[in-house]
Amino acid sequence: MISYAECSARERLALVVDSGTFREWLPPAERLTSPHLAQLGVPSSFDDGVAIGRAKLAGHEIFVAAQEGAFMGGGVGEVHGAKLVGLLRRALRDRPAAVLLLAESGGVRLHEANAGLIAVSEVMRAVLDVRAAGVPVITLIGGANGCFGGMGIVARCTDHIVMSDVGRLAMSGPEVIEASFGVEEFDSRDRALVWRTTGGKHRWLSGDCDALVEDDAAAFRDAALQAIGAAKPVTPESLESEHALLAARLRMLADVEDGDDATALWSRLGVSEAARVPDLDVPAVRALRLA
Amino acid sequence: MDWNLLATRLFGAGHGIKADGDFLHGTVQFDGRPLTVVGTTNHAPIGVRLALAQARVVLDTIEQHPERPIVLLIDTQGQQLRRRDELLGINRAMAHLGASIDLARRRGHRVIGLVYDQALSGGFITSGLIADACYALPEAEIRVMRIPAMARVTKLPEEMLEALSKSNPVFAPGVSNYVAMGGVRSLWDGDLPAALRDALAHTPRDDRRAIDGAERGGRRLAATIAQRVLDAA
Repeated sequence: MISYAECSARERLALVVDSGTFREWLPPAERLTSPHLAQLGVPSSFDDGVAIGRAKLAGHEIFVAAQEGAFMGGGVGEVHGAKLVGLLRRALRDRPAAVLLLAESGGVRLHEANAGLIAVSEVMRAVLDVRAAGVPVITLIGGANGCFGGMGIVARCTDHIVMSDVGRLAMSGPEVIEASFGVEEFDSRDRALVWRTTGGKHRWLSGDCDALVEDDAAAFRDAALQAIGAAKPVTPESLESEHALLAARLRMLADVEDGDDATALWSRLGVSEAARVPDLDVPAVRALRLA
Repeated sequence: MDWNLLATRLFGAGHGIKADGDFLHGTVQFDGRPLTVVGTTNHAPIGVRLALAQARVVLDTIEQHPERPIVLLIDTQGQQLRRRDELLGINRAMAHLGASIDLARRRGHRVIGLVYDQALSGGFITSGLIADACYALPEAEIRVMRIPAMARVTKLPEEMLEALSKSNPVFAPGVSNYVAMGGVRSLWDGDLPAALRDALAHTPRDDRRAIDGAERGGRRLAATIAQRVLDAA
């Protein structure tokens, strides 16, 4: 078992797709770096923190992107975002069996904030274009930096999300919320609270992710393979049922005080033994979700 | 600009837009045809509730009024920074709003965004930035963060960022920088109804922002790099 969380983006790529099949577009040899970071005197990276290309997954032709959390937290800048957009536009043209997004990102890269914000919205539109064409976009979340900010929204725009229990998916990071509204609002050092609020088990029980796996590169590969062919077209009907689900969830907690509201939410979602969830292992939590 | 003054200038007195708290919605008549208007005011933070309220209006328009144009009025301080919203999946609610707007576009509704006061990151990305195109009033403010906060987060000197922001729109808040980068198609100055009329008639349906950014010199790389990926062997 190889920890997915501890791998670099390129190590993950090598382990998730068929061995030796990854062909990179705009590889580090082309030295595509961020001009904005250079202006700031900040170290840059020859891939601007994301590797993109084509590969095979159990023989299926797929396109894949992997964000490198160790470089600027996986933040999306102009170049990084444009590589993702290019990959998605190419998927729209060439129609691979799926697009895999190995996401690890804090969202917009604040060093080039304006360009990053527009770039993330371009990625979002491009994802929805690919989805509308019937090519499934599958997001894998299990890196140490989680998937936050605009990338947390992008992930939810894709067809399918695979998470490990150590993965985190949300909008604003706990540190940002604590800085804005105080430690009483969100204690970012309370790891149990952080994971109850944003972690893989919570996202699985609430239906925010489609598969919950161990922190194991092979498990991510298997889950990605199972998701090929799981295209979920966006239709008025699918959006109505999504709306009903989110509205019902909002009502579920209307009378619940802050504190352990995660446990209350799981209970009301029909999860038995909700209080035990943090202590259960992945197979046990997987079994708790109602069909 | 105050939302009611804006609505009056665009659609006349008795325009038909209501404010329920920070949530704006209504049906207006413009050049003799109905438009759906939806948005927020008071620099509203966008949490799960406001994202869903806006999505409801968009979905109702898709269902009941095929191809009726939708105008998004944007004034937001960004996403709601609360733990409860994170627990409830604020990113999922925002993605739902974005996907609803995106579906409206695909079903033939024109969707025009207008930043009339303030637009920030999370509240903006699934409204104006996912419309057919986004416009802004000249006095509006758009940003991810102000330069002092950017200096703190990036641990870079504020003076350096101030200096760079004069030549590079990536670093500084402001609508003109978003125009230069292609994120905002143009500013609406003077005759607002004429500007809306033009937008409804001429806004492109495909995403031209990277090309605009390159032509305007504010975002020189995005379009070329995306094209290089398409052309790569």
